[in-house]
Amino acid sequence: MEKISGAFSSDHVRCDELFFRSEEHVQRHEWWRAKEMLTRFIDEMNGHFLKEENILFPALEKHTANAAGPTQVMRLEHDDMRQLMKDMQDDIETQDADHFLGSSETLLIMMRQHNTKEENILYPMADNVLAGDQGEILARIHEHEEKRGMSRWNKNEC
Amino acid sequence: MTTQSGLSLTQAPPLSVPLRFFLTAPLFGILAAVVFIGSGPDTLLSRWTAATLAATHLMTLGYASLVMVGAISQMLPVLVGAPMPRPLLVSTIIHILLTLGTLMLAGGLLLDNNEAIQIAMLLLGSGFLLFITVSIFCLTRAKAHNSTVSGMWLAVGSLLVAVALGLRLAAEHIGYFDTVLSKSWTDVHLAWSLVGWMGILVIGVAYEVVPMFQMTPRYPQWMQRWLTKLILAGLVLWACISLLPIVNPATQALLMGALSSALATSLALFAGTTLYLQRRRRRRLKDVTLQFWHLAMYSLLACALLWIAGQLWPALANWQKFGYLLGTLFIAGFVVSVINGMLYKIVPFLVWLHLQSQNSARIKLPNMKEIILNRWAQRQFYLHGLSLLLFLCTVFKPIWFLYPLAILFAFSSLLLFLNIYSALRVYKKVRVHQENCA
Repeated sequence: MEKISGAFSSDHVRCDELFFRSEEHVQRHEWWRAKEMLTRFIDEMNGHFLKEENILFPALEKHTANAAGPTQVMRLEHDDMRQLMKDMQDDIETQDADHFLGSSETLLIMMRQHNTKEENILYPMADNVLAGDQGEILARIHEHEEKRGMSRWNKNEC
Repeated sequence: MTTQSGLSLTQAPPLSVPLRFFLTAPLFGILAAVVFIGSGPDTLLSRWTAATLAATHLMTLGYASLVMVGAISQMLPVLVGAPMPRPLLVSTIIHILLTLGTLMLAGGLLLDNNEAIQIAMLLLGSGFLLFITVSIFCLTRAKAHNSTVSGMWLAVGSLLVAVALGLRLAAEHIGYFDTVLSKSWTDVHLAWSLVGWMGILVIGVAYEVVPMFQMTPRYPQWMQRWLTKLILAGLVLWACISLLPIVNPATQALLMGALSSALATSLALFAGTTLYLQRRRRRRLKDVTLQFWHLAMYSLLACALLWIAGQLWPALANWQKFGYLLGTLFIAGFVVSVINGMLYKIVPFLVWLHLQSQNSARIKLPNMKEIILNRWAQRQFYLHGLSLLLFLCTVFKPIWFLYPLAILFAFSSLLLFLNIYSALRVYKKVRVHQENCA
């Protein structure tokens, strides 16, 4: 049976792949392809962030009655990652490979830390706490994905 | 991070806690180079001269152990979920005791000054005892139970044995005991320091950081579960057979050869697996940390194979320079390379993390490669690689290679220091800017 954690963890793997490819293109100064890959990556990341911020976090906060706890830390980290992705977009426009790779390195470690925390703590907690509402939450996630046209980014395409 | 409280950054100790250790360590590399130059080509290659003992302890205690103690202070809260009590105070005391103790020990050995060695025993003994006690206190409270935590347990336990033996040997050196211990005691001290404390710690930490930083697959489950425990069991058995008269000398030699070869094989297995995993990494970008790791793993592999070869061909093991070659490959090749590589990931990230957590003014932060410039990290890698090569050449023509080696190694250590220091300067500059904007 599909779990809440599974619906989110698979995004992480997909995002990683797009990210590595954009870095490789930048290193080879293939700016046009780098831009295309980075745009797809950022689109995936934003979709994932919004799913969490609009569906998962509010549900968790309702159950744990704590809006200032772990979910708040996750929201702040999302903002930091958005800033780094913005930097990377700017670097592609100015074709600054060194700065891009510095920002991407920072984002990568940030993502690894953030993902580890989510996968080890937050998602298992969601599976636990939200077990009763699982069907409804998964339905909302799928609805969200369809709206964003996420289905075209299936694993085979990456 | 497997605890809920791990979600908060407030658990991380202040930046100065790990950084003080990381900044002091390379300075001991420079001191070791000075000892190489002062002692000259003839003394260094023998294992028992005062200069060799001093240089070795400057490298192992001053360089390697300081970084490892600093890294553990950082990892206990972040990876293990068990923060150190009063981190600033405790780390200040440990840092001062270990730094002064190492200086005293090296000075005492070089100048043949027993008082200095006595003071060193007191300082190092209490510094390590405090560190070990605090680590055990934290590890018993660890919320995460994984192969890295068990690796830390075994490494800290090995350190305890290594320090106890070291103190006993130092006491003998200054004539405190009438009975003279056999050279096997020194070998046991050496094995528990290098293989137990340093080797097991690197392996345990690698399980976590190699997949995380280098995007490799995870280490095989059986390896994560058993390897460090097998190594420790091997060390215990080897020490017992070597020190206790339980078997006749012929059997003893045979058993020790077999056991130590098994230990070397375990280390080689770890090095080989790491290289294999790194070949399968998902991120193909060139990376200075990865280059240091490659150098480290090939050195460890070479060291292990050389040891096994020595067991098969006694003529090789009896070669006067066999010990120097093994020590060089293990300490300068394996341990120092891993440490350098990890510092180039950890230091920029810690600086960035601390800036980011205090960034209420939301100013634009420098990225990791602006905190330590990649080209300078790269240059230090070449310097280190070249000095390692000269370390090995010195075996064949000490008179030619020793001085260039020492100068290169000193420059490599200095550049590492400057690179870490530049990160600290960036941190201070951005902090001032953050406070002005707040």
